[in-house]
Parts: sequence; C-alpha cells; structure tokens
Amino acid sequence: MTSIAKPKVFNPNLPRNALGLTRRDYEGGMSTLCAGCGHDSVTAAIIEAVWGLSLRPETVVKLSGIGCSSKTTAYFVSGGHGFNSVHGRMPSIATGASGANRDLHYIGVSGDGDTLSIGMGQFTHAIRRNVNMLYVLENNGVYGLTKGQFSASADIGSKPKKGEANQYTPIDPVTVALNLGATFVARSFSGDKAQLVPLMQAGLKHKGFALIDILSPCVSFNDHEGSTKSYAYVREHYDEVVHADFVPHAEEITASYEAGNAMPVTMHDGSRVLLRKLDEKYDPTHRGKALAYIGERQQEGEYVTGLIYIDARSRDMHEMNRTPSQALNLFPYEKLTPGAKNLDKIMSRYR
Amino acid sequence: MSNKESLGKDSSRVNDFVIKFANVNGTGSASANGLVMKAIFRMGIPVMGKNLFPSNIQGLPTWYEIRVSRDGYVARSGRIDIMVAMNGETYSKDVKEVTSGGYLIFDSSWPRPALLQRDDITILGVPLSRMCNETFQGTRNRILLKNIMYAGVVAALVDLDMNVMRAQLAESYASKQALLDSNTQALEIGYNYAKAHFACPLPLRCEPMNKTVGHIMIEGNAASALGCLFAGATVGAWYPITPSTSLMDGFKSFCEKWRVDPETGENNYVIVQAEDELAAIGIVIGASWNGARAFTPTSGPGISLMNEFLGLAYYAEIPAVVFDVQRVGPSTGMPTRTQQGDLMLAAYASHGDTRHVLLFPANPEECFYMAVQAFDLSERLQTPVMVLLDLDIGMNDWMCRELKWEDSYRPDRGKVLTREQLEKIEKFQRYVDKDGDGIPYRTIAGTHPKGAYFTRGSGHNQFGGYTEDSTEYQVVLDRLKRKFDTAKSLVPKAAVSGRGDNKIGFVSIGSCDGAVNEAIDILKRRGVHVDYLRVRGFPFGTEVEQFLALHETLFVIEQNRDAQLKSLLTLETAVEKAKLRSILHYSGMPMSSDCIVESMLNVLQEINPQAATA
Repeated sequence: MTSIAKPKVFNPNLPRNALGLTRRDYEGGMSTLCAGCGHDSVTAAIIEAVWGLSLRPETVVKLSGIGCSSKTTAYFVSGGHGFNSVHGRMPSIATGASGANRDLHYIGVSGDGDTLSIGMGQFTHAIRRNVNMLYVLENNGVYGLTKGQFSASADIGSKPKKGEANQYTPIDPVTVALNLGATFVARSFSGDKAQLVPLMQAGLKHKGFALIDILSPCVSFNDHEGSTKSYAYVREHYDEVVHADFVPHAEEITASYEAGNAMPVTMHDGSRVLLRKLDEKYDPTHRGKALAYIGERQQEGEYVTGLIYIDARSRDMHEMNRTPSQALNLFPYEKLTPGAKNLDKIMSRYR
Repeated sequence: MSNKESLGKDSSRVNDFVIKFANVNGTGSASANGLVMKAIFRMGIPVMGKNLFPSNIQGLPTWYEIRVSRDGYVARSGRIDIMVAMNGETYSKDVKEVTSGGYLIFDSSWPRPALLQRDDITILGVPLSRMCNETFQGTRNRILLKNIMYAGVVAALVDLDMNVMRAQLAESYASKQALLDSNTQALEIGYNYAKAHFACPLPLRCEPMNKTVGHIMIEGNAASALGCLFAGATVGAWYPITPSTSLMDGFKSFCEKWRVDPETGENNYVIVQAEDELAAIGIVIGASWNGARAFTPTSGPGISLMNEFLGLAYYAEIPAVVFDVQRVGPSTGMPTRTQQGDLMLAAYASHGDTRHVLLFPANPEECFYMAVQAFDLSERLQTPVMVLLDLDIGMNDWMCRELKWEDSYRPDRGKVLTREQLEKIEKFQRYVDKDGDGIPYRTIAGTHPKGAYFTRGSGHNQFGGYTEDSTEYQVVLDRLKRKFDTAKSLVPKAAVSGRGDNKIGFVSIGSCDGAVNEAIDILKRRGVHVDYLRVRGFPFGTEVEQFLALHETLFVIEQNRDAQLKSLLTLETAVEKAKLRSILHYSGMPMSSDCIVESMLNVLQEINPQAATA
C-alpha cells in the first residue's frame, strides 16, 4: 500500500488566515488509521492550531518515532518537512534539528509506547534541555500496530480485550514531566477540540518544551468496558482544571471572565494565553501545588486536564547555550573558520 | 650504586633508543614524561610517545614509552633501553622488560629486594623520595615533584638540553611563579645528582638534529577536533567514552577560542552532551538533516549503540560524521588499549542492506584533513561517514608535519537546492537520480514551500512517498547501491609505495603504518623487497583492486584477531582469497615493526623457503 494523497477540493468560501491560506492548505495525506481513532481528531486539532497561527507551512517541522501516533505526521501540513525517525528516538532528532535552526516550528508527535517505554530516556532528556518544541503525546495505553499489548501508561486493573488485567504501575507523562522541571505541561482528550486547539497554539508559542499528553482512545484494542483509556471512561473521569485560550498579540482580550479566575500569561513573542481556572484554588504557575493536585485527583480516578503548569519565563536550550539569534545552518562559512593564519597560531602550541 | 658507573661508548646509539617510564596512575607523571619527550622534539630529534594507561583515575600502573629515532620511525620498536621504574607494584615486571645491555633507574630511598638483580643491565639508584622530602613540603607536592626530578636524572643521562627544558617549564607555569620555581628546582636536583654520581651521558644519548623543523607533536583527537572546526561544523553531540573524549573536549576548547562572537559573546556552535550514544547520533542526524555540519566522536561500544540510527541515515540519505576512536573489544574490553576491531561493524552497521563510507587516517595529520573530507563526503553523498582512528592515534602524541590550511577552501554542501533553484523547478522529487551518479537532490526545511518532503526510514519510493510496493522499493535500493559505487571514486585513494613490481605486497590500515614502514626497511636490509598499499577509504577504489591483482602474495597487516580488513578485501574486491595472508596484532599495545618482520618471514619460510632468505 502506498500513501494516499487527499484530493484538493477548492471551495472559495473557506475562511483564510493571515497568509491567505485555508485549513485545506494545512492538511496532509489521507489517514490510514482505524475509523474512529482518537489520533485522527488530534491531527485535525493540529491543522486547526497551525492554520490559526498562520504559520508558513514550510517552516513547520513534523517529527515522530514509530507507532500509530508517529504515522500521523504524514496526515497534516503536507507543506511542512516531515521526519519519521526510529522508535523512541524522535526527541534526539528534534534536539539536533533545533540546534541547527532555532527559527522553525517543531511539532513532535509520539505515543505512549514511543515515549514512555522505548523512548523514556530521550523524552526525559529533551525535557531537561528544554528543547523548543511542541510534544504531542497520543496516549491510548496500548500498542496498536502490534495488536493490543499494554503500554507503560496502562492503569492498574485496566482490562485488555483478552487476557488478564494490567498489574504494573502506570507511568504518567504529566507527573514525570513536572518532576523533571518541564516548563509547559498540559493534558487533554482527543474528543475535546475546543480545549486542544488553544493548548496546542499556546504550546507552539511557548519557548521551550511544551508537553500535551492527549488521551486518545484506541478503538480497535482499548475502547471496551473495563479499559481506563476508552472514550466512555475518559469522558466520565475527565476534569478540566485550567482552560487556556490563546490570544494572538494583535488581538484584545474581549471576553469577560469571572474576576479571580482569569489569568493572562504573556508568551515570549508578545502573544498571550488567557487561563480560565475552573477550580479557584488551582495555581498553574506553581509546580509543587500542581503535582499535589494531580496526585489528589488521581486517587479518585480522575484525569486532570487543561494547562496544568506553565513557566512563561522558561529558558530554552538555545538561551542556555547562548546561541545567536541567527540560525546556525545559515551562518556563512567565513564566519565559522579561523583561517590559515590562525591555524598557524594554533600550531605554536604543538611545536 | 653511588659510585660512578663505567659505561661503554657506542656512537651507534645516539638518537636511537627507547625510554620507558613506569608509574602509578594519577601521580602527575604525564607532565614529567611529556617534558622529556618535548625536550627531545625541540632538540630537533624525531621522537614518539606512547601512553600505556589503565582504565582508572588513581592507583593502577601506567607506563609511558618514548622512542628516540634519528631515522624518524614512529612505531614502537620492541626494545626498552632505559627503564625508569617508579612503581613498586610493577617493579619486578619492569626489570625483566629491559633489553640486555640496557639501564634501569629506580628510587633508592628504600632498600630494593636483591632478587630483582640482573647482571646484563646497568641499574642506577637515585634517592628521589629522600631528596624530595628534604627539599619540598606537602605530600601531593612531593609526589608531583619526584616525577620532575626523575626527568632531570634522565636529562643528564641522555644529554638533554636543560635550557630547552627550563624554557618548557617557563611556558607551562607562565603565570605561576611558585610552581615554576619548585619545578625548576626539582629538575635541577635530579640533573645534578645524576651528573655527580653517574658517567653522564650514557652511550644512549641525544645530539641535536634539525629533523623536526616544520613538525608538531599532536594527538589525533586534537587534530580531528581542529578538522571539525575548520570544516565549519556547528553542532557536536557526544556521550563521554574513552578514548574519544578528548576529541570533543578539544573541539569545545577550540570553539571557546574561535567561535565566540567577540561583540555579543554568543556561541556560534552548539555542543550537546547527550544522555547516551543513541541520542548523540540522533542529534547529529537531526542537525545534519536540517543543514548544519554535525558530528559525534565515540568508540566501539558507541558504534554498537548507534547502529539503528546509522541504518536510518543510510536509507533516508542524511549526512552524519562519526569519529570512531577504536579501543579493545569485544564488549567493554580494555577501554584504554588500542585495536582496529570495528572495521566490519562500521562497514555494515545496522540491519538490512547497509554499507557505509569509512575513512582510515594513519596519524594525526591525516586525522585533520580527513575530518574535513568526512564532512564534504558526507554532504556530497548524503550518507554517514565514519572516520576510524584508534586509541593509539587519538590519544598519543605523534610527530607529524604542521597542519596547513587553504583559505580558498569552501565546504562541499552537496546537492542542496537553494531557494532560487526551488523557485524555478516545477516539482521537487527527493530520491530521483537526475544526474546518473546515484545521488539525489535534497532540500533544507524552511527554504521554500516547494522544498517540503517527508523523510522516513520506512519503505519509500523515489518521490519520498511511503510504499510497500516491491518495484518502487527496489528502485530506491538499487540507486543506493549505485551511489555507493560513486563513493569509490570520491573517498581518499589508497597510499601505494614500493617499486610496484615486487611479488610480495603488504596491505595495511591506519596506525599500523609506522610499524609497516619500518618493517619494510628492515626487510630491505635483509634482501626482501615488498610493495605496500595502505587503504585510506572504504569502499575500496580501483587502485586497491589493481594492487591486489598485481601481487602474488599479499600480507594483510592489521590490529584485530579476526582479520577484519582481510575479510573486507575478500568481500569487496575480486582478489583471490588464497593470495591473502594475515599478520595480526591484537594485544592492545600499539604495533611494533619486529612482530611484522618475524610473522612475515615465518610465513615465507613456510610457503617458499627460498624467498625468505633471498
């Protein structure tokens, strides 16, 4: 089977973004995932988010590892550069790509197997380095392409279609990221586009590693009764704590929010994220409190969603490295070589 | 022992002998040994230094071997003429190693077991510890200065120029007067003691020459790092591993000097110390894919880990430069010993049909130029290029010609479409062979909307699309094979020497070169003439095929147990397997010429008793 190009149908009435492009211009190839797969909804949200931000398609870099989720980078922004690498190693590709050119928009798409098992090491170290990227984790608790084995995010007691319930403690990417010092941590649900799109936009504007853990049910292997990653279970145990609205810097904040609950956060490029706290006592800028809150709700079997933590003053890899604002891959050679005269100077050390 | 020894006179040993220092790791002996070697070098005499060190920070035995060679031989000779035995633990072994007629210097502050006597060598005792304790304060200080003191003893015995040595200390401690004073004092105490108690100089002595003009003493790792700097590499990723670590340390220090913007203080480079070698090569591939020159230094265990990613870069056609500073395997092996055991691993790294371009420098000078070539080739061919040096080249000081640079050099970025080119073309096709050389065109993200494509390690057709179609898959795989054929004409040509019409040929690689050249001279004096081919790149070019075809008997000389170069030659050339004989050295110590001569003559005796004695 070869990749399927989506037919482009021209509709003159489609809304256009600042670049004059429609949502169709940000689409990719036809998805080959199962009908009803949560990942396809995430793909749709990415298209919406990137279109909404009016990013030039060729400046979008789509990175992934291996698995159902990793395939989806072919299904959005066909005008962007895709890199489907090896299993669990996408973060290192992203780190190098960002090292070479800090000016592009890096979107990594991964799954719970790709991130939390084979790729756990690279995931954690990309967080430590605060690589400037949006990291979308499509989390369904199972390995789909190999037909339904539990992943490391499966909850204790979650039942597979056949066989025994999972006994091993799950790895929660959100608490892992918070503990590692991640500067943007969110959780969402593939079925909640209204929550997802602004989170992705905020994540793309965040200077540093922006994690969105997205519960994205697997209709083929993990959507049955007894599964804790099914559509029905997630909908029932879904608890949005902070809703983020992304406000481009040209726009005014017009909607009115209840006093005390609205919290504007300014991003490094001047755009803003307006946080609506759905639980008054929650503070999304306090790492320790965020962890404690998630822990409490987890005890009750609830998935805390929304923008869980943000540090808008985050220093990314390049800031820590003191790299110049000009992308390194655009540096003329003349500025990189010490030249023959200086080699002779260097030689004196070895004479 | 305090009486002046009566020592014979033999002018044939001037500027031609070996000194070995036996020490305890972590006692600061490196600076004393380096002081002696550099002094000989600055006296204009060709010299070689080999550091034989343990995988340890402090406490285990370590040796340093200096060969003084007026003829310019750079390999170990197999002799030890003067042993400076400073390590009680290894003393009995060190005494045995001295070549008959040689000398041994030991610390006579304490009694020495009579069992360790040898009648065929001259044993010279110097009360180093006692003199140090009498002169200097502080335990650490005394240990360090004891080393400088024996350097002074050696200076008197082999007639080193004390002014040269004093100047070296002045350079080292330019801003530390107290250290300069104590080091100079220690040097002179040792020197004066030897002058007063022994017949200095020994017949094994140094006389100034002018054979080191235009030469430097440099480690291969430092030279490789300089190559990366001058090649314009901007991204370096690595995971610390002996013996490659000093390559990235070197690159970092060169960058701190030459790549920091004088106005803004910003760094025109990114160095990432990765979490492991898997990430290090991933970072290199990501950066190269995105248009930067990127590299990683590693050793065998790192290459093992990088296999999967190397296969991706091969198949998705992404440049990547890797330095493999080989050490002794298998597994962890002996991390501080040298070997050439990664040839097969590197040539075919990763699963499936993969083959990689390899470069084989023989010394630090070649490391510098081949590092630059590695980037040019990697970008030209859009494939990983591995530079295979080894611990001996990487971590030892080698005398070689000064490195030169042409300011006219411009990096070969290969077939990368510019914004203007993309503007003009109708459609970009990533993996189509437009030029018939098997090398497709590529684009860099962000250049132009028409340049977008999808890079993948999964089956793809020549337009970059995913495929599970047999024909589409094979079209790409067959072109990759043609690309590898193109590489044959682009990699550095093998070095060939000799008359060319001898029946016997030597074939060798990398750091064996010094020992091979010396062996050829020794054999010539014995009436055995051989031609010599040193492979410098893989895939092998036509000159390798020709050399193999022209010679009746070929000795493949290499540093591993399994004759990996010989295997590669039989797999990748048309050579008749029966013509190839192996000379193998895999002890972990740098190769010496005598092992080549002996092995070769034994084999010749076996196959043709006449030829061996011709």
